[in-house]
Amino acid sequence: MPISMESELKSPAADPSTASPEPRPDFIQVKDFNFFYGRKQALFDITMDIPERQVTAFIGPSGCGKSTLLRNFNRMNDLIDGTHHTGDITINGRSIYDPKLEIIALRRSIGMVFQKSNPFPKSIYENIVYSLRIAGRRNRKFLDETVERSLRGAALWDEVKDRLNESALGLSGGQMQRLCIARAIANNPEVLLMDEPCSALDPIATAKVEELIHELKKDFTIVIVTHNMQQATRCSDRTAFFYLGRLIEFDTTEKIFSNPSQKQTEDYITGRFG
Amino acid sequence: MSTLSDEKPAIYRAGSRPGRRSPDLFQVLCWVASVATVATLAWMILQIGQQSWPAIKEFGLGFITGERWIPNRDQYGVLPFLLGTTISSLIALLFALPLGLSIAIFLSEDFLPLPIRQVVRFTVEMLAAIPSVVYGLWGIFVVIPLVQQWGKWLAKTFEDVPVLGVVFDGPARSNSMLTASIVLALMILPTITAISRNALVAVPATLREGSYALGATRWETIFGVLLPTAAPGIVAATILALGRAMGETMAVAMLIGNSDRLTWSLLKPAGTLASKLANEFGEASGIQVNALMYAALLLMGLTLTVNILGELVLRYTQRKTAGIR
Repeated sequence: MPISMESELKSPAADPSTASPEPRPDFIQVKDFNFFYGRKQALFDITMDIPERQVTAFIGPSGCGKSTLLRNFNRMNDLIDGTHHTGDITINGRSIYDPKLEIIALRRSIGMVFQKSNPFPKSIYENIVYSLRIAGRRNRKFLDETVERSLRGAALWDEVKDRLNESALGLSGGQMQRLCIARAIANNPEVLLMDEPCSALDPIATAKVEELIHELKKDFTIVIVTHNMQQATRCSDRTAFFYLGRLIEFDTTEKIFSNPSQKQTEDYITGRFG
Repeated sequence: MSTLSDEKPAIYRAGSRPGRRSPDLFQVLCWVASVATVATLAWMILQIGQQSWPAIKEFGLGFITGERWIPNRDQYGVLPFLLGTTISSLIALLFALPLGLSIAIFLSEDFLPLPIRQVVRFTVEMLAAIPSVVYGLWGIFVVIPLVQQWGKWLAKTFEDVPVLGVVFDGPARSNSMLTASIVLALMILPTITAISRNALVAVPATLREGSYALGATRWETIFGVLLPTAAPGIVAATILALGRAMGETMAVAMLIGNSDRLTWSLLKPAGTLASKLANEFGEASGIQVNALMYAALLLMGLTLTVNILGELVLRYTQRKTAGIR
């Protein structure tokens, strides 16, 4: 993972000393993607380019396919029997369905945060280093540094630095979710997927996570599924609106919420349905 | 509405009659049932304690450390049986825990289609329904010939090896500690499998997903997340199984050889507290009855200790993993 720089347009606080190549506008590319649960088609002809180191929000009513698409990016849907797809998804130019690509390697390069926080029944420390341990990293110093970096990255370090060896299950709901974010970024993934990360959190914890998302996009390409349209406007750069398994509209968040080009999008964001 | 004003809403009165200060029939029944359970246990301990009192007075702690059991000379010591109970149960656990846990993992994952898994699960759980005496018979006809065959080989192979030479000291006999332990292992297998499987199935799907999403393989997920999360249940399963193995009587009495000799060899006949009681109680008289009651008290104390210990371990592991829903 190269030392990353903020997207020039979006982040005025960019640090000029850590220059890195231009962010790709098509970091995640979805091409004519159809997805089926058994016979039931869940996604229809999705084509979209998700830019690097920006926050892309997926919105839409329940069952519109936004989570399904998100879970295809790290092939979590492979765990479900009887699913298949047509079309392709590439991340950083490489197809995730490339038979030579190991699914383990793919998932290691993509962090995922779930709707319900799911810390393992281990210490805070062991939660963070889980992905490193299974990758065979044993160097104590490296693990210690990763724990600190990840927890700082998830804005949790100051709250837990004195109790790293205590159970992660003793944390509050908001802390647990930030721990899961720290765990997801421990392995320096290229992409961070968030599936309604704040739906189980109170407003204060939500605000913290949103602030965190804002910080994290300096380093990661973030895709967030949300039911909360205020959240999409607050923390995303681009928004995709899904309806009944189709991508209806995908544009800058500002455009989607101020001047959508599709009637369905307008109806949804103005609360006429959904 | 003033007439109704001092009456509480219906919900507060649900289940009780107008004169609701007095407990209703259901409450009384529950109360009686719970008191009766505790009282029965207390009554049993009291009875056995009373009956064993003459032996306790007579033999004291020497009863526990005594190596000889010779009723004709009124010499009673239960060390061989105490060790027999402990060793046979631990060896049974040694066989059954890895096997049972493997089956539990296998049945909680989707290696096989669900219908086949259900059949396997049902079959394993049915092992618990087989009467103990049938296990004994099966042991006589199946396990004994096997042990006969392999015992000789074990005794010969390990003759000169330091520790194993004692453990597999010959001449190998067919009615032995090993035979009894193998059958015991089979008898406690369903307990371990069923409870561990339930614990594994109860691990929230979100934890499994979380592990996979971090790039873990199935085995890493099983060993890194599923087993640690299910640990309290697995510990409970182990302890229940140990308790069952310690108390098991019929099959053990049929297979262990019922020797009064103290031996460290698994290939020689031995005895357990339970098998001793079953074998001798019918013909016992005088102080022998009291001595057997003393032995029964010890067996009860042993199983009680195991269960209390188990409960403590369970609470400890639960506290460590508290908060998973």
